[in-house]
Amino acid sequence: MTAVTATTTTKVRRTQRPRITPGKVVAWTVMAAMVLITLLPFYWILRTALSTNTALAAHPGDPLPVDLTTGGFERALGLQSTEEAIAQGGSGGGLKFWRYLINSTVVSTLITVFQILFSAMAAYAFARLRWRGRDTVFGLFLAGLMVPTIFTLLPNFVLIKQLGLVDSLLGISLPTMFMTPFAVFFMRQFFMNVPREVEEAALLDGAGKIRIFFRVMLPMASAPILTLGVLTYITSWNDYFWPLMVSYSDSSRVLTVALAIFRAQTPQSGYDWSGLMAATLIAALPMLVLFGFFARRIVSTISFTGIK
Amino acid sequence: MTVASSPPSRLPVRDIEGTQPKPRTREKRERDGGGRGDGALAALFIAPAMLGFLVFLLWPTLRGIYLSFTRFNLLTPAEWVGLDNYVRMVKDPIFWDSLTVTVEYVFINIGIQTVSALAIAVLLQRLTQSAILRGVVLTPYLMSNVVAGIVWLWMLDTQLGIGNEIIAGLGFDRIPFLADETWAIPTIAVINVWRHVGYTALLLFAGLQAIPNDMYEAAKVDGAGEWRMFWRITMPLLRPVLAVVLIMTVIGSFQVFDTVAVTTAGGPANATNVLQYYIYGAAFGRFQFGYASAMSVALLVVLSAITFVQYRLTRAGQTDLG
Repeated sequence: MTAVTATTTTKVRRTQRPRITPGKVVAWTVMAAMVLITLLPFYWILRTALSTNTALAAHPGDPLPVDLTTGGFERALGLQSTEEAIAQGGSGGGLKFWRYLINSTVVSTLITVFQILFSAMAAYAFARLRWRGRDTVFGLFLAGLMVPTIFTLLPNFVLIKQLGLVDSLLGISLPTMFMTPFAVFFMRQFFMNVPREVEEAALLDGAGKIRIFFRVMLPMASAPILTLGVLTYITSWNDYFWPLMVSYSDSSRVLTVALAIFRAQTPQSGYDWSGLMAATLIAALPMLVLFGFFARRIVSTISFTGIK
Repeated sequence: MTVASSPPSRLPVRDIEGTQPKPRTREKRERDGGGRGDGALAALFIAPAMLGFLVFLLWPTLRGIYLSFTRFNLLTPAEWVGLDNYVRMVKDPIFWDSLTVTVEYVFINIGIQTVSALAIAVLLQRLTQSAILRGVVLTPYLMSNVVAGIVWLWMLDTQLGIGNEIIAGLGFDRIPFLADETWAIPTIAVINVWRHVGYTALLLFAGLQAIPNDMYEAAKVDGAGEWRMFWRITMPLLRPVLAVVLIMTVIGSFQVFDTVAVTTAGGPANATNVLQYYIYGAAFGRFQFGYASAMSVALLVVLSAITFVQYRLTRAGQTDLG
């Protein structure tokens, strides 16, 4: 198998004959081990989520789900009664992952849509409009890249509290809804490389610049916007520290925060591993699906331009 | 990322939204940001991002520095105390412990991650160009740190975890990975390697793409093996990219919080009380926002110093290619 795969690669060693060398065997073994370590936890989440807690304790090393059940998922989604949940090793804490799934979706969508729209607008102004102080302002934005996100969190929390937005989805979204220096920088790179003739042609047709931006430039930028959008979505979906500070109740609780609470609600008898893994899967699956749709494009953008 | 060079300058042709559109010409001043052509329009385009920048980035940065000189508990107005917080920090043994633990974490995390990412990147370049494998290595990055932490907490559980089942099956003693003072930090470091190594590998892979394949072909004609080519071609030419990726990952690594919060909560016995976790506790557990801000400033200073030193040492801005 190894030799065949090596010949089908396009660029590398086209001129060389495929040979099975000890080095290659070692290299493929290392690669296979890496893939196994990468993917095993995903399988283990599924296997655990589909098992009952009692069976898990009795057969910890069994590679297949033990005592197949959907109880873990029912518990995570709040579909079980408290008694039922406790009987199956849950805490009966009544977490409703439907709710958190919606909250996470709202927050990530708000952040992604506005951050990218506003960043793209600013990027266009930096790349294609002429105005006094442009390079100074851009330099300032770039300097923002140097401030670790974590540094702004405490003061931002104080601000969000003063604005009365603590424990709201808007409060979670607001700080990253307008821009990130990276998004502006990334989009500017793209707009700089759009041939000017494109704009000139539209101007000749009588279009104004606002119209050109929305009708010509944005559609042309759909590929980088898609990559940036998916990555921004994943980042906001996975964020934990900031939502942890801002949200206190179900109304603004996102998946990451809910998961950590679920994990902390340890029943006397031990963890509800089955329910916890089911909840984990619910939190992770949307991103896996999203990535599944756009994987090819995202992977090639990262691995050929080195985003971030 | 190069900008197309401009033709010789001509008179700027202005056009403002609403006036008769004219054919545009490129001129050098435009690239330098000179001219006042689109002032009003630019203001409109930049306004939302500018608002976000000022309110949620610049202002909190300045405010964070200010708060570090105050006593502030959120309920009453901040009270100026000068250097008190910093004096306290220097005398606080838990702060120093916390910094030590964080540095230990960063060394283990970055060490293992960089070597593994480099290995994966080179394998993806020299062994196979499979796009599917590149997608596979990225999948852990799609998980949150919280998910990664919880999954590994389960897989490394002393009694029921599959990791310890295998260890016990091989006849060794079970290891309390996250419950033991010596094991906890290395374990958390490796969990975070699992999540981030694929992404890092792809960034390095991007750097590898810039190395002309001819160089490998030529070296091969000269009889060089893969190992030799790695040290003689790949490493020297990848250095600038590697340097930038290192700076980025070190900064990220210093901010470790999520994984600690969901696996060990700083324990056992403060063994994983990383700086960010200690800062969070000071702010939200004890409402010492001033002291927490002072420690954040310290972290900011440490990170800036590391970035500067790394940048100088590794000559990150220069390339050996062409």
